[in-house]
Amino acid sequence: MILLIRILGKVDDNNSKEMELKGYQRKDGRKGIRNVILVAYLVECAHHVASEIARPFRDDNVQVIGFGGCYPNEYAAKIMKQLCAHPNVGGVLLVSLGCESFNRNKLSDAIKESGRPVETLVIQNCGGTSKTIEKGREWIKNTLEAFKKTISVNISVKDLMIGTICGGSDATSGITANPSVGLTFDKLVKNNSTVIFEETGEMIGCFEDIIKRAETPLLAKELQKALDKAARYYTIMGYGSFAPGNADGGLTTIEEKSLGAYAKCGSALISGLIKPGDLPNKPGLFLMDIVPDGEPRFGFPNINDNSEITELIASGCHIILFTTGRGSVVGSAISPVVKICGNPDTYERMSDDMDVNAGKIISSTATLEEVAEEIYVKVIETASGIPTASERLGHQESVITYKTFEPIGPNCLVG
Amino acid sequence: MENSKQLIKLSNNDNVLVLTVDLNVGDVFTYAGTDYKVAEAIALGHKIAAKSINEGEKIIKFNMSIGSATRDIKIGEHIHLHNMKSDFIDTHTRES
Repeated sequence: MILLIRILGKVDDNNSKEMELKGYQRKDGRKGIRNVILVAYLVECAHHVASEIARPFRDDNVQVIGFGGCYPNEYAAKIMKQLCAHPNVGGVLLVSLGCESFNRNKLSDAIKESGRPVETLVIQNCGGTSKTIEKGREWIKNTLEAFKKTISVNISVKDLMIGTICGGSDATSGITANPSVGLTFDKLVKNNSTVIFEETGEMIGCFEDIIKRAETPLLAKELQKALDKAARYYTIMGYGSFAPGNADGGLTTIEEKSLGAYAKCGSALISGLIKPGDLPNKPGLFLMDIVPDGEPRFGFPNINDNSEITELIASGCHIILFTTGRGSVVGSAISPVVKICGNPDTYERMSDDMDVNAGKIISSTATLEEVAEEIYVKVIETASGIPTASERLGHQESVITYKTFEPIGPNCLVG
Repeated sequence: MENSKQLIKLSNNDNVLVLTVDLNVGDVFTYAGTDYKVAEAIALGHKIAAKSINEGEKIIKFNMSIGSATRDIKIGEHIHLHNMKSDFIDTHTRES
């Protein structure tokens, strides 16, 4: 703890070059806080083989991700590419069945281009399940050996990109965990980190405030367009965002529910609007537009919490701050998830799965500011390599679905 | 901020406080030096008026409007769907 306080003191001084965090330098200039080998399946039919290849290496940061669909999708290809070239990833093994439509050569070339070791195994060419598993494990063993020579570099808080989402919310989330994360976000922005929030479909009532916070008037127009699109999309999907249970928990209106979630993004200026897989162009606060463009086609924008987390990671997030009230247990492949529990009773029941007890604000006299500081310390601790609760428990969820996006407009990023 | 163990004010401009405990009929909470006895059970997460609010006035929580008062509300009174409403979409309850 003394060590951590010393690190934080240095962060506060904005003298980040003195900070002694070690990370991994990647060819594109980004730095990672983990050195993961990915085994990536390119269709559900190759999922089992990929899992079997990774199984003996559970404790060596070998993790499985993939796209289940057999039909092509540009968005899915982009997300896969960005995940495979994520700064926390050091090497990739692609596992293809052989007849699926995923362009494995293009993905393999992109990974090679990013300076990472990559190998592709096509199950139909390797002679089936057992032979592919054997070849895959061999490749992992050799790559792990080479990993021992990976050069580590100093990183500081300004090298970090942090995302936030909430899941399994209850009445406490909006008054404890979410506003605490908002204050942590403010401090990260002050210290030149990049931070991302999303959930544009749950921001009715916050539009006016979001627009006011845009760095430029042209960006404000883009934010307005993204929010209008989200409101329309969810209306067509028939998504009732306010359930009677919300009222039992003390919430009265859709705008009250929205702003509880919105509190996670803090109070900094909004520096840009990105879509999943786009990289922010500078430090500061970014909004991710997660709602597909065009007419609704493939169902709900995000089918579960992990599809949101996967998108934040595809845009470069090193760490995800996940607030919960009812008690989510998930983590993620590639980037550690820090779970902040807003409900003191849930924390008591599920403390193994939680990293921060924001419920203290209710159950004792802890303030939002104190919990925000604790989350900030946890971010630094996690960046230094200490595993989060979900990492310790082996959680490595990852989900990629079908979506359609137009590229972002020229005014979404501000120079 | 005027936080106590029972009530939390999320932002200085707010005209509501959020309960951090369950209150039963007859329980007393203290705010700004005055004791208030509750006439009905109010659960954790619900709101209490931090000042007198006129009919039509915005309800401010987290420094943002969460709807409007549908009648005059006295300081210390429970604020819920019986005395406020959304400015966007009417709230659907099990009874409605």
